Amino acid sequence: MKIKLLDIAHARSGDKGDTGNVGVIARKQEYYPLLVKYLTAERVQKHFEGITLGKVERYEIPNLWAINFLLHESLGGGGTKSLKNDAQGKTLSSAMLRMELEIDESITLP
Amino acid sequence: MKEKIRIASGQGFWGDLQTAPYDQVTKGPIDYIMMDFLAEVTMSIMQKQKKRNPELGYAKDLVHIIEHILPICLQKNIRIITNGGGVNPKGCRDVIFAWARRRGIKNLKIGTVFGDDILDRMDELKRRSIRLDNMETKQPVESIGHKFLSANVYFGATPIVDALRQGAHIIITGRTTDTGLTLAPMIYEFGWRDDEWDRIAAGTVAGHILECGGQASGGNFSADWRSVPDLAHIGFPIAEAYPNGDVIITKHEGTGGLVSRQTVTEQLMYEIGNPANYITPDCVADFTSIQLEDIAPNRVRMFGVKGKPATDSYKVSMSYLDGYTAIGTLTYAWPDALEKAKAADQILRTRLADLGLTFDEIRSEFMGYNSCHGPLSVMPDEINEVVLRIGVRGHDQKSVERFGMELAPLILTGPPAVTGFAGGRPKPSEVIAYWPALIPKTAVQPIVEVAEV
Repeated sequence: MKIKLLDIAHARSGDKGDTGNVGVIARKQEYYPLLVKYLTAERVQKHFEGITLGKVERYEIPNLWAINFLLHESLGGGGTKSLKNDAQGKTLSSAMLRMELEIDESITLP
Repeated sequence: MKEKIRIASGQGFWGDLQTAPYDQVTKGPIDYIMMDFLAEVTMSIMQKQKKRNPELGYAKDLVHIIEHILPICLQKNIRIITNGGGVNPKGCRDVIFAWARRRGIKNLKIGTVFGDDILDRMDELKRRSIRLDNMETKQPVESIGHKFLSANVYFGATPIVDALRQGAHIIITGRTTDTGLTLAPMIYEFGWRDDEWDRIAAGTVAGHILECGGQASGGNFSADWRSVPDLAHIGFPIAEAYPNGDVIITKHEGTGGLVSRQTVTEQLMYEIGNPANYITPDCVADFTSIQLEDIAPNRVRMFGVKGKPATDSYKVSMSYLDGYTAIGTLTYAWPDALEKAKAADQILRTRLADLGLTFDEIRSEFMGYNSCHGPLSVMPDEINEVVLRIGVRGHDQKSVERFGMELAPLILTGPPAVTGFAGGRPKPSEVIAYWPALIPKTAVQPIVEVAEV
């Protein structure tokens, strides 16, 4: 089935220089394995094509049902250098949640 | 030893909700209030203010806040810990002392922490072969030379603990980590040894939760923002800390906002790198060990936090001038709003090229369509209005200034139904580039001074 990441996860993003970080958090513990399985670094790199010019790093945080992504070279230089409206990557979180995932499992959405 | 202490978050950044500190000290019991004022570029702004007037260089908001809350804090025995001293903690202290004298407040002890400002020590450090190369890009420090505007070491909780032991009612620091402001009272009250890494990590994680104010108690909450009650009267977060390292995150009763496993988790995700190694001067905290549990409405228990020994270096935050930017906007209304904004953008770029102006970057965004999500944005069928937001960056200030003169003429010489130019010509603003480095802990010593009126 096809699901929206927004339906199974919430997120927060921030900045460190030109790197944006997006923490993606499962809305329920039983959704976390779906994030682990489908929300790969490659999938995120493809999603952010044209926004993230550097590489994507991925860290699992199972105790918080979360995965942290570092999106390098995503903020137009970052800080006061950036010409972007969202120079601090505050909306990278909602950009992430736009993603749609094709999953093998059949799940009940909240 | 106290059974528990309550540490309240009062400010999450320089410019945060001005009423929050007063609410924290009046709407329920707390023992400490911490206020974070410093972001990466803040120190360079303060350094500039101090250059113009040696009595400035700290967060002026802090003085107004302290004037507002201090009488209550003294009465209730609440101690204030803040890094709003910026590049001039003693200047900030003297202003508060002068006010206290006028008010007839006696026996007020203010602790200041400084020694973090190493801008004047750069040559000396170089002679001692202490290099401050960029820790991310590996660029040598010589490539910037004497152009640095600010250089500040991030100290941790230790000097604040020292000031608490000396009885300070208020502690005003320079560049201290946000997390150290919350950790310090726990170390002081519970007598944690400096190798009790799990407890120090727990205090550090609590500090991370408090350091952005309302962002842990329902603000900017993506899971279900509609469910957050009464954000107009949001209660900022409070860490109720216990001697064994357990912490309950909560807020005052009767305030708005929400503290839940979800709101706290979102804040834990904010601006982190490798979660297993959250490095501070005090310890290396492991975020993959944090356990959270909803134990009651607006009460989240945090436990099980693991920590590792601190590293032998401090982080240094340095900055230098790296060119100029100017950004302007024009609003285009229906019909064909986006098409017209795009046409205006092309006309403007042609004129800039005709003038022979070159920039390191020209960037155009169309607010209402793609300024947040870029290429992920979905094109709506019909768009009512679009704001063209165009900016340039370059090292030639005159070229950046000249760009600012080209925007307004588009109103009478470009596509129709355009407005929104009340702010005047976009002015060049300085690009403050950020330069992170590491310095051995042995090379710098925090200085703690507790004075009394």
